[in-house]
Amino acid sequence: MEREDVLAKVTEIARDVFDDEELELTDETVAADVDGWDSLTHLSLMNEIEIEFDIKFEMKEVQALGNVGELVNVILSRIS
Amino acid sequence: MYRFRELVKASKKETEGKEYRIAVLGNCATQFLSQCIQGYAHLMGSNLKVFDADYDQIDAQLLDPGSETYGSKPDHILLYLAADRLYEDFMNLGSNERQGFADSVMARLISYWDMIERNSGAKILQMGFTEIDDRTFGNFGAKTEVSFTYQMRKLSWLTAEAEAKRPGVYPVDLLSVQTALGQDKFYDPVLYYNAKVNVALESWGYLARQVYDVIAALQGRVKKCVILDLDNTLWGGVIGDDGLSGIEIGELGRGHVFTDFQLWLKGLKQRGILLAVCSKNEEDTAKEPFISHEEMVLRLSDFAMFVANWNDKASNIRYIQETLNIGMDSIVFLDDNKFERELVRSLIPDICVPELPEDPARYLSFLQDCNLFETASYSSEDADRTGMYQAEAKRRESEAAFGSIDDYLKSLEMEGEARPFDELHYPRIAQLTQRSNQFNLRTVRYTEDEIARIASDEGYVTLYYTLKDRFGDHGLVSVVIMKKEDGDTFFIDTWLMSCRVLKRGMEEFIVNRFVEEAGRSGAKKIRAEYIPTKKNAMVSHIYDDMGFDCVGEGLYSLDISGFEKRKTYISETE
Repeated sequence: MEREDVLAKVTEIARDVFDDEELELTDETVAADVDGWDSLTHLSLMNEIEIEFDIKFEMKEVQALGNVGELVNVILSRIS
Repeated sequence: MYRFRELVKASKKETEGKEYRIAVLGNCATQFLSQCIQGYAHLMGSNLKVFDADYDQIDAQLLDPGSETYGSKPDHILLYLAADRLYEDFMNLGSNERQGFADSVMARLISYWDMIERNSGAKILQMGFTEIDDRTFGNFGAKTEVSFTYQMRKLSWLTAEAEAKRPGVYPVDLLSVQTALGQDKFYDPVLYYNAKVNVALESWGYLARQVYDVIAALQGRVKKCVILDLDNTLWGGVIGDDGLSGIEIGELGRGHVFTDFQLWLKGLKQRGILLAVCSKNEEDTAKEPFISHEEMVLRLSDFAMFVANWNDKASNIRYIQETLNIGMDSIVFLDDNKFERELVRSLIPDICVPELPEDPARYLSFLQDCNLFETASYSSEDADRTGMYQAEAKRRESEAAFGSIDDYLKSLEMEGEARPFDELHYPRIAQLTQRSNQFNLRTVRYTEDEIARIASDEGYVTLYYTLKDRFGDHGLVSVVIMKKEDGDTFFIDTWLMSCRVLKRGMEEFIVNRFVEEAGRSGAKKIRAEYIPTKKNAMVSHIYDDMGFDCVGEGLYSLDISGFEKRKTYISETE
């Protein structure tokens, strides 16, 4: 899976989790940019990503995430 | 099970119907649990509103009579003490204090229950305890008093014992959820250490279902009857083709599967669920295994009705439902044949038709996982329910032999009795208020505790009615609660009756007796009300029929001095 495919997939999941059909994510997007992205919905987002990509995050990975780009990097490192 | 996301989404949707409220209090973060309970209820078509108390606020919320919890006017309060938090408490104790841990948590629980009962009429849902085995003692921990494993098992047992003595407390069995899912699925360590969420997100739905099932039973949505197909459902093979010696039951072929299935059904029957047969067969052929096959567990006497003919199953099921006089939504239909299941489902939308697995070996675990037979009470009368319905079938046969209904009623030699509520009957009375839907004028649900309180309150006059006839004893069939409004006016808060005894003069007997009792207690006037529901249309005119004056929409009044006793063939028990 290419980088843009992963980003597209993450965007699709995020649209569902944050209930916003028009949500656009870029590598630079951070939680504060997105309406409804709080600590609880974040857990739900990570859960959906784990299920969709069939991976399990490690604690360090989850805690160190700064922006969407870094999230995509972690996913890429796990599925390749 | 629904996905966590679906449940969260559903929790935000508005739902129609009567609103019920539950407050959720925990020693841990409960937002996800609350969201999932509300979401699951909405998906089940129930308008349940959840009030979620903040993290670890149990004491503050319960102690203060003006707290938000009580202010949310909950019908139910769920108490959830999570094992991981208890484990922290446990480890903070000195090792010489640890053997008293279960007792001290139990004392805390009882103080919570007391506080709730003092400050609210809510029913208490007590979440059970999961097990955490820290393996400090390995297997030896199971018999070591100072191990957490030992103390948690003791706590579960103490809780069960205490709940058995408290009719207003209802267990939510969390341990069975953990066991069924397995700890790996139940718990996600990364999630826990990241966010202190002690249950994996995709497992919250199972907890929500467990809570919802208890609430649904408390609201009277329970199953009362299982209608069974025979060939390849109760035994392997086809009795008409394979014959008595060829069907699989007991030792033959897959017989063990069907023996166990019948044992389970027998257990349901013993706890008060009616069993009925609906089979496409010649009647004699269908009955033969129950009479002559030594390895059959179920016998003809286990069935409230036995219908075997060549009519379509939907018609036969309607016939069974009408004869037993129970709601279609309280019936479960089990049939191995997909075609029959589809037919019944499409013609009778209210009935519950589980999609039985192909392989009979999986019937039992599938049905047990469905948890169809939730109940909020159990009384010894339940055990003999089948006998009562069988006697009813005999009555109907004899009814056909009489020329007039009056002759028939006289021939029954009926005796009735009315008595004020007594302790022995609190469970049955509460159960009737929870279960009766059809003959129920105001459909007010009461717990055993509430019944006890009403019984000892001078402001009420209470009556329960029993009926017997020459075919048998119907037991406790009706409940009347009259509330004293002012000096000489009584209001009928509750009048319900079992539909088993409909239209044989019991309605008249009941009215005669409660008017008499009201008069004796100083009443000059009785006020009454009919509140329509989806199910109680049958009693919409009962007060008109009994001589009450209609004084407004659903409102009635009776002047006691002008009351003439209604005619009935039921005599007072000496």
